[in-house]
Amino acid sequence: METQSTYNYKVVRQFAIMTVVWGIVGMLVGVIIAAQLVWPELNFGPWFHYGRLRPLHTNAVIFAFGGCALFATSYYVVQRTCNVRLISDKLAAFTFWGWQTVIVLAAITLPLGLTAGKEYAELEWPIDLLITVVWVAYAIVFFGTIAVRKVKHIYVANWFYGAFILAVALLHIVNSLAIPVSMWKSYSIYAGAVDAMVQWWYGHNAVGFFLTAAFLGMMYYFVPKQAGRPVYSYRLSVVHFWALIFTYMWAGPHHLHYTALPDWTQSLGMAFSMILFAPSWGGMINGIMTLSGAWHKLRTDPVLKFLVVSLSFYGMSTFEGPMMSIKTVNALSHYTDWTVGHVHSGALGWVAFISIGSLYYLIPRLFGRDGMHSTKLIEAHFWLATVGVVLYIAALWISGVMQGLMWRALNADGTLTYAFVEAVKATYPYHFVRLLGGLLFLSGMLIMAYNTFRTVAAGRPVDARIPAVAAHAH
Amino acid sequence: MSDFVSDFWSVYITVIVIVGIVGLTYLLLSQSKTTVQKGEEVKTMGHVWDDDLEEYNNPLPRWWMLLFYITLVFGAVYLVLYPGLGSWQGIRGWTSVGQYKEEKAQAEAKYQPLYDKFMKMDVKTVATNPEAQAMGKRLFQTYCVQCHGSDARGAKGFPNLTDNDWLYGGTPEIIKTTLDNGRHGQMPAFGAAFGEEKVKDAANYAMSLSGKKHDADRAARGKETFTAVCSACHGADGKGNQALGAPNLTDNVWLYGGTEKAIIETITNGRNNQMPAWKDFLGDGKVHLLTSYVWSLSNKASAE
Repeated sequence: METQSTYNYKVVRQFAIMTVVWGIVGMLVGVIIAAQLVWPELNFGPWFHYGRLRPLHTNAVIFAFGGCALFATSYYVVQRTCNVRLISDKLAAFTFWGWQTVIVLAAITLPLGLTAGKEYAELEWPIDLLITVVWVAYAIVFFGTIAVRKVKHIYVANWFYGAFILAVALLHIVNSLAIPVSMWKSYSIYAGAVDAMVQWWYGHNAVGFFLTAAFLGMMYYFVPKQAGRPVYSYRLSVVHFWALIFTYMWAGPHHLHYTALPDWTQSLGMAFSMILFAPSWGGMINGIMTLSGAWHKLRTDPVLKFLVVSLSFYGMSTFEGPMMSIKTVNALSHYTDWTVGHVHSGALGWVAFISIGSLYYLIPRLFGRDGMHSTKLIEAHFWLATVGVVLYIAALWISGVMQGLMWRALNADGTLTYAFVEAVKATYPYHFVRLLGGLLFLSGMLIMAYNTFRTVAAGRPVDARIPAVAAHAH
Repeated sequence: MSDFVSDFWSVYITVIVIVGIVGLTYLLLSQSKTTVQKGEEVKTMGHVWDDDLEEYNNPLPRWWMLLFYITLVFGAVYLVLYPGLGSWQGIRGWTSVGQYKEEKAQAEAKYQPLYDKFMKMDVKTVATNPEAQAMGKRLFQTYCVQCHGSDARGAKGFPNLTDNDWLYGGTPEIIKTTLDNGRHGQMPAFGAAFGEEKVKDAANYAMSLSGKKHDADRAARGKETFTAVCSACHGADGKGNQALGAPNLTDNVWLYGGTEKAIIETITNGRNNQMPAWKDFLGDGKVHLLTSYVWSLSNKASAE
């Protein structure tokens, strides 16, 4: 059979192209809501109100942009490192169309105000069920392919992708358990502080497994490939993998410091968030040290620049995270823009950068080209995106720390120095700079779309042949 | 006092945490033995994937291991000092409730005398004291603006405090009572009892009372309903009753809106509104200053 001798690149192509499309859509919604914070007049009607667009933005960038990038790269990586085609083309196609359906349903229901009210898990129960079915199919395709691999050892990237697929299934099912009262309304089976704890166990592990572990999987394939260097340390990858996936599960309570959550739970969340610091940095070290001996390539290779800068932002935000989980720091940072800035240094600086770099590696190979249509445009994208992220997070650092200090400032008589609205007013200039940063990042994505279009138009879809397993790959 | 329904869960949590921390330490120890000798070349693991993917097996960076050990020690020490291991309270005996109480007590010791010194003056005298007025304003900006707005002009459902129109009365004594005990304003729902037409008639009569444009025929019919039912609280002349918190309907001040639609909604579904009680939370000294400040908002002339 012809298809048995080639890799399934079709599903990879589909997800790769949709990553670019959903990236633009999700980031555009982000820019719109950033503008709404500067000019509240831009809240039009109930459908395009900040409160409904914000979950649309988070769902679109995390699950549509990030999700498609992970599907595309994991399907590509698992095939190439196992020397075998995906076990089922039909199931793989189902995950593509199923996932796109989930995204479209999200884009319709969220502006309509249909929401379960849980952050990053807003979608109502019928869509949750569809997600579950698609995810099970994804797990079957991924683990099934690993099971029939032609290479004895499982490559490190696949450990991370595998942990991500298993953990997200667990998180999604447990947190979304709800009792439906109608087609588009359900109530969580948890109540009160338990509900909050389950939600942030989910929420923080969505960061840990969706936005960290999975993208580390991406890193472990595309960084050594693009650098042309072996991974720095197998031993380090073993230690930080197990430490990371064990420790992340405990960190959720740091989202609920100084709340009705019991003291013991808050303490555990903080202690394990601190312990999480080194395991997180293990991935950064392994990525950056892989480049030693190839630093000169950075001068001419903007794809490698994306990958290296993504690791720098990863290191920065995984230092910032444990620090913000310390209760005394959290007392200042919680509920301020600092948190939003922290999330974006991870989401834009790490997740988007590593995805963009990986896609620039991937797209030409999926369409039979030697490289992207224009390296200069990749370079332009890189600088727009870098300046965009830096503006974004610097603005929200200043704004967040300022908010925290204004909220806690006291007069000599013990009253608050600033009314809440004064702190809101003080953030305007910084929110404007944040909008500017977001616009730069979005414009970079538009350049990427053009570059991708030209690359695809000049190429043709190819499915690479599966090479015979080399004798030394035992 | 335990957060757990049974001792099992306390033990369960404690065991997993200790096994977790010890396990991580062991993982680190087990992988930390190999060092690269000077001049020795680091070898790859000998596995190759996808043509050219290989792995070196460099030892763990020493500084990174140290960092990891420090956080593990920090975590272990923290969980000895503070609650975390199931029902273990921590040797520092810290609780979040205890910390709150302590900080509150410190603040009260520090700030209370500043407020109490005005207790001897009556409300109207306090209103002429610039220092007290400034403190009253800051209290208002801290505790009251969330509902009544930073300009004290209120919003839908939240009374304007500057217009000298009072639901319960505007004397210093009554304002203090309102602040101390809060208020629970209730208007019953008449939608079911009246039916749609009679509700609309009553609404038009209410509009006629404050000289708003209205349907005269409906208002005439509505007057009967008003006299029979509504006047019990709002009075025969519609001027309300401060003892009940029933609003004056003749002055064109509308807490929930004065359009026909809004009034129909009020009559049909009733209204239920609550101002919280501040006596226990703020204490007499602060309530006294706030009373004076709120009173001064609609008595500017006599306060100056």
